[in-house]
Amino acid sequence: MIDTRPTLGPAAQGQGESPGLIKLRTRGVNVFYGDKQALKDVSLDMADRAVTALIGPSGCGKSTFLRCLNRMNDTIQGARVEGVIELDGEDVNARSVDPVALRARVGMVFQRPNPFPKSIFENVAYGPRIHGLTQSKAELADVVEQALRRAGLWDEVADRLDQSGSSLSGGQQQRLVIARAIAVDPEVILMDEPCSALDPIATARIEELIDELRRQYCIVIVTHSMAQAARVSQQTAFFHMGQIIEIGRTEDLFTNPREQRTLDYITGRFG
Amino acid sequence: MTDRPDHRAAVARRLKQRHAAERRFRLYGLLAIGIAVAFLALLLGRIIEQGHSAFVTHSITLAVPVDASRVDPAYPQGANYDQMAAEALMARLGVDASDPINGRAARDLLSPDMGFQILAQVREDPALIGQTLTIDAPVGDDADLYFKGEISPDTPQDQRSLTDQQIAWLDRLQADGVVESHFNTGLFTRSDSTQPETAGLLGAIVGSALMLMVTALLSIPIGVLAAVYLEEFAPKNRLTEIIEVNINNLAAVPSIVYGLLGLAVFIGWMGLPRSSPLVGGTVLSLMAMPTVIIATRAALKAVPPSIRDAALALGASRTQTVFSHVLPLAMPGIMTGSIISMAHALGETAPLLMIGMVSFVPGVPEGILAASSALPTQIFIWENAAEAAFHERTAAAILVLLVFMIVMNAVAIVLRRRLERRW
Repeated sequence: MIDTRPTLGPAAQGQGESPGLIKLRTRGVNVFYGDKQALKDVSLDMADRAVTALIGPSGCGKSTFLRCLNRMNDTIQGARVEGVIELDGEDVNARSVDPVALRARVGMVFQRPNPFPKSIFENVAYGPRIHGLTQSKAELADVVEQALRRAGLWDEVADRLDQSGSSLSGGQQQRLVIARAIAVDPEVILMDEPCSALDPIATARIEELIDELRRQYCIVIVTHSMAQAARVSQQTAFFHMGQIIEIGRTEDLFTNPREQRTLDYITGRFG
Repeated sequence: MTDRPDHRAAVARRLKQRHAAERRFRLYGLLAIGIAVAFLALLLGRIIEQGHSAFVTHSITLAVPVDASRVDPAYPQGANYDQMAAEALMARLGVDASDPINGRAARDLLSPDMGFQILAQVREDPALIGQTLTIDAPVGDDADLYFKGEISPDTPQDQRSLTDQQIAWLDRLQADGVVESHFNTGLFTRSDSTQPETAGLLGAIVGSALMLMVTALLSIPIGVLAAVYLEEFAPKNRLTEIIEVNINNLAAVPSIVYGLLGLAVFIGWMGLPRSSPLVGGTVLSLMAMPTVIIATRAALKAVPPSIRDAALALGASRTQTVFSHVLPLAMPGIMTGSIISMAHALGETAPLLMIGMVSFVPGVPEGILAASSALPTQIFIWENAAEAAFHERTAAAILVLLVFMIVMNAVAIVLRRRLERRW
């Protein structure tokens, strides 16, 4: 059964594009690393053209949950995922789904900027190239430029595309990595604490960028910063000890949490 | 906090001890390095001291009349050219040629190479029979040692290999200017010989090169692929654990065991030719492979996992991730490990002794199936030779081997620096 109701009410709609239909739907997700259960019965819907923030103390399972959505947990020895995870109503763990194809649709940005030790151009061009998205060199150059423009990096690197990606500053590297993810033309972008290694100015730029990208993509972001969650997201889920404690419109969750544990966390009493 | 001053005094006392301990430790470190350097200097100094003279040799220029009555033009190799050369020498020295003892003594000063050169010229052009040829050939090994000062006229006659008479002749020849000293190119252009003065390393160098080629072609691709599979693709379970432990064990197996294995399997069972670079290279590749695997795995492990995550999250397959990102990043480490294991294989002797690469091979091996010697076994052969002149050549061969190894290690270092700078 596919849930096609809009997740969020009209009040949640900020400026710009309004949140769309549910893009990602999860029901009863359990994740085990060996004998250890990292996620317990997690159910969460994530809307298209909206940012969902996952908050919670370290080790609460938010990154684990994020990695379920593009099956990056497959790469971890001994990881086992149970439950329903649907992208546009299709089970991502189904046998018929190739994780390689899935990851082309669900891009990911990591905690630390991890550009390939290659040129800026090659970093962005790698995705389109392996997926065969472009027919000619000119087209590839165009895709790279568009991706860099949308990541707000083009003006800074246009004249040095052949320089190494690691020659950029941390914030620029993170935007390069976002451009790299965008270049594959995904539908969902997962971000695992994308600003934790950045200074406040670079963080502000990334947040602006996330707000910009929200008009087109379903974005799921893990963050340790409550302020960041409040600034960039429309929906927030609070994770604790591998479970979701509370899901709500960001505004509601931060101003009027229903659960005591949520209140304790967002007011800094633990975590 | 009334006891504060006491604390300070305690800290000050302790600090003194700590500084003393630190100074002591530095001194130990310096001592250790000093001892290591001294041993190295001693080793190298000894080899150079012993071997440097082998890079210089003496040759004699002699006009030898080729007596037509003693050469059958139909069978030129039947003639005794050594005798003709010896007679020419005696004529030069004014010695009675009919005296058998003096004849023998004069002949010993010349290298058989002189006779071979005359034969070669006569064969080439039979018209030379009956004419006088001017031959430039190495002097005999003992004469060479005398000119280098290795044999001293002050030693009692019965304790040296040259008689007083021979020494007097050599002095006269040198005074006449027919003896010349020059760089010993023969060391690099000739192969092994029973005569030290005409023995060279070419055959051994070519043999070692062929063997190393076989080793590199076998052990590097197989070792790297095995390591890539184990590190990047294989599930981590009991079986791969056992394989890993055994690879590490193989790296520690004494090399002579590999030699026995090669003898039994490659020569005994598969019937490959004995003493050939093919068998030698195969045995050495068995030995080098675990090292290559271990070095490659270490290099792969050093590639940050974030790079793998980045590629996988973009939708690259495992193979694409490995071949376009992980392997290029690990390449400097893989190359360094491979080259160093090749350098190691170059110097390996024991397994080659087992598979018969220690035989006397007077020519340059024609291919990987031909009998051949190798640099380390050549050293082994020469060291066991009776002639004193072989001993300086042994040291010279060791120097040549060391130079090859230093060059290989330097290449490894340069490659690593070069490639590392790119990222």
